[in-house]
This record gives sequence, structure tokens and C-alpha cells, in this order.
Amino acid sequence: MEIIISNSSKIPIYEQIKEQIKGKIVTNELKAGTLLPSIRNLAKDLRCSVITTKNAYEELEKEGYVTMIPSKGIYVAEINKELVKEEQLNKIENFVDKAVTMAKMNGIEEKVIIEMIHILYEEDSENEKYSRS
Amino acid sequence: MKNILEVKNLNKKYDNFELKDVSFSLPEGMIMGFIGENGAGKTTTIKALLNIIKKDSGEIQLLGRDHLKEEKQIKEEIGVVLDDMFFPEILTARDINRIMKDVYKTWDSNLFNQYLEKFLLPSNKPIKTFSKGMRKKLEIITALAHHPKLLILDEPTSGLDPIARTEVLDLFQDFIQNETCSILLSSHMTTDLEHIADYITFINQGKILLSKTKDEILEQYGIVKCREEEFQKIDPKDYIRYKKNKYQYEILIENQQEFKKKYDIKTIDKMTLDDLMILMIKGEKSC
Repeated sequence: MEIIISNSSKIPIYEQIKEQIKGKIVTNELKAGTLLPSIRNLAKDLRCSVITTKNAYEELEKEGYVTMIPSKGIYVAEINKELVKEEQLNKIENFVDKAVTMAKMNGIEEKVIIEMIHILYEEDSENEKYSRS
Repeated sequence: MKNILEVKNLNKKYDNFELKDVSFSLPEGMIMGFIGENGAGKTTTIKALLNIIKKDSGEIQLLGRDHLKEEKQIKEEIGVVLDDMFFPEILTARDINRIMKDVYKTWDSNLFNQYLEKFLLPSNKPIKTFSKGMRKKLEIITALAHHPKLLILDEPTSGLDPIARTEVLDLFQDFIQNETCSILLSSHMTTDLEHIADYITFINQGKILLSKTKDEILEQYGIVKCREEEFQKIDPKDYIRYKKNKYQYEILIENQQEFKKKYDIKTIDKMTLDDLMILMIKGEKSC
């Protein structure tokens, strides 16, 4: 499993961890029932604090992506992938809506926006993941 | 969660310095970074915990037990590295192994030798031939080799190069893989703490200024940068410290989200522990 943490990012580290694990679950890279690294192990490997990884896992559990079984481990939970994808798509639509409204207000042509999206897609996929904030 | 270390209203008065009502606690399985400028009271506090200096008053519990009543038993179960080297220069690492076997009931010679190998420390050369970094590593592995539950370290990474610091930090994180082991470490290397510490306790002029989880500090606190005119409009209750620079005001705030809701000031920077220390000590108070 690959997790890339940026210390200069404005996004809190726990959120970076959470979003990346979530992404791997949604895209099926991590399958339901997979055993994830322990809170302490992950903290050591990412060289961050225990509280940070604990926060990330607790949020993932709250949102239903993982199940934490005391003294056994943390497992990827069974999730409804279609539903999750639908939700994400809704969120994206909202952002695009805002962008288009703003473009129209400033008289920017449709093809400029499409070109912009095209360029962003070509860039490093990591950057793309965080460009929303 | 149980506390492995608990300090309540610790007081110690000297002619020109005093620890005043120092209180903080460290939950089991966590790493606490103890920060403050030189002479703020970090070493004095650590020495009081270990009863190397006598406290005037206050309650100190280590591993859930009173630090004076059960001093001997407690010291079997903690590992300590102080800022000043305490091994005689003519000894070798092998001598230390032999001596420590008699000091600690739980001394683990094998583990000690494994660490020596790992850190490439010679076992048959006198310590006087060691570099500063080698001495520090030797002290740290000596503190670890009797399987302590709590490590108390005063400036363990000072004098180490970045590579050695990383090795030592890895060692600390290995140590807390066991959920009952905890670490209190004082350090000037705040970037080290930004990575591995769970809690930060900040001491200044013998008083604790704050003791919180590191994530809370780094994610919620922030530095606002603005013009004088904007600064005048901010309610003094909404910031902790401010500093007037030539071109701008720097304002330390406790909660970025709340601040953004209330004021229309765009520049709020993420803060490092260094920024926090500097603004807390050098900045002006709001009231």
C-alpha cells in the first residue's frame, strides 16, 4: 500500500492519510476484509505521531470504510461502491457548477475551461486529488 | 487511557529561578515533546521527576506510583538520558554491558549488543575515542536495554547529524510499538517533534504555557499576517500574542476556523512549533 504524505500541504496529515486509504478502498485496490497496518505501525512507517494515524482510522471507521476490532486489527469494511461513487460524483458536480458560474460571470469561454481541466488531468494525479481545497 | 506520568503543581524555588505550579500528564503509549527556550525549566523539571533535585512541593506519579515512595522500583522500569554524559571515559561499551547487568534486574545483554551492531558502535574501544554522536547513541541504547516502560530523555537528539537523528527517532517509534511504552523527551529540534510527538508541553520561565496534542496545535493554531488598520479591528480576545514587524503584524491565534468565520483576513499561515515558541516568548500579550 502506498501513502504519500506532504508536510508542506495545508491539508492536515490525518486527512491526507484518510483520503488516500479511502481512495484505495473505493477503487478496489484495497478489498473488503483486507487487514490494514496497525495504528502504531503506520505511524512508524509514515514517521508521524500515533494520535495522527489513530484519528485517520477513527474517521474512516465513522464513515464506514474500515472496522476496528480491538486487539485483533483494522480491516477494510464492506462498502457499497456504487453509492460512494455516486456521492463523490455529486460533490464534483457542485465544484464544477461553481467554476462554471464564475467563468460565465467573467465572460470566459467554455473551451478555456475545458482546456484547463484537460491540463489539470495531465498533471500529477496527487495534486489533482487535493486541488479541491 | 491511563497516565504513565502525572505532574501536579510541582514547585521548586531557587534564588533566581523557580518552577511554578508545573502540571502536565502523559497517557500510556504516547510520545510527549517538552519544549522551551534555554533556561525555561525543562531540565529542572526532568530532574525533579527523577528526584535528582528535591522538589519543594507538588505531586509526581511515574507509572501510576508516587515517585518518592517507590523510587527504587520505579527506576528499575524507566530509562533515562540526561544532557550531560555520565559514563567514565575509560570504559568501553563492553564494560558498560557488564556493569549494567548488575544494576538492572531486567538488563538484556543480547539486546544491548544488537543495538551496538545496529549503530556501528565498537564494543572494545574506550568511550573517550567516541564522537559526540556515538556517545549520545550509546547513552540512548543503554537507556533502552533493560526494557523500560517509560523513557525520559533530555535533549536526546542534540549534537546528532540528520542521519543519526532519523535513526534515533526510528528507535523511539519502535519502542512505542508496544502500546504500554511511553516517552517524554525535551528537545530544541522542534522538527523532530513535529514528526513523532503526540503531545507537546511548552514551558517558559518555569511555568507551563500549554500542554496539548500536537495535531491540535499544528492544525488549529495559526499565524495571521495583516496591516495595522486590520489589526486594530481585531478583538484582543481573539488572539494570544501579536508581534509588530516593520511591514506587517503577526498574530498568533488559537483557532483558525473560528477566526475565518469572524474576520475577513486572507493570510493565515500554518504554524510550526518554532513559530509558536518565538511568538509566545517574543510576542506581546493581548491584555
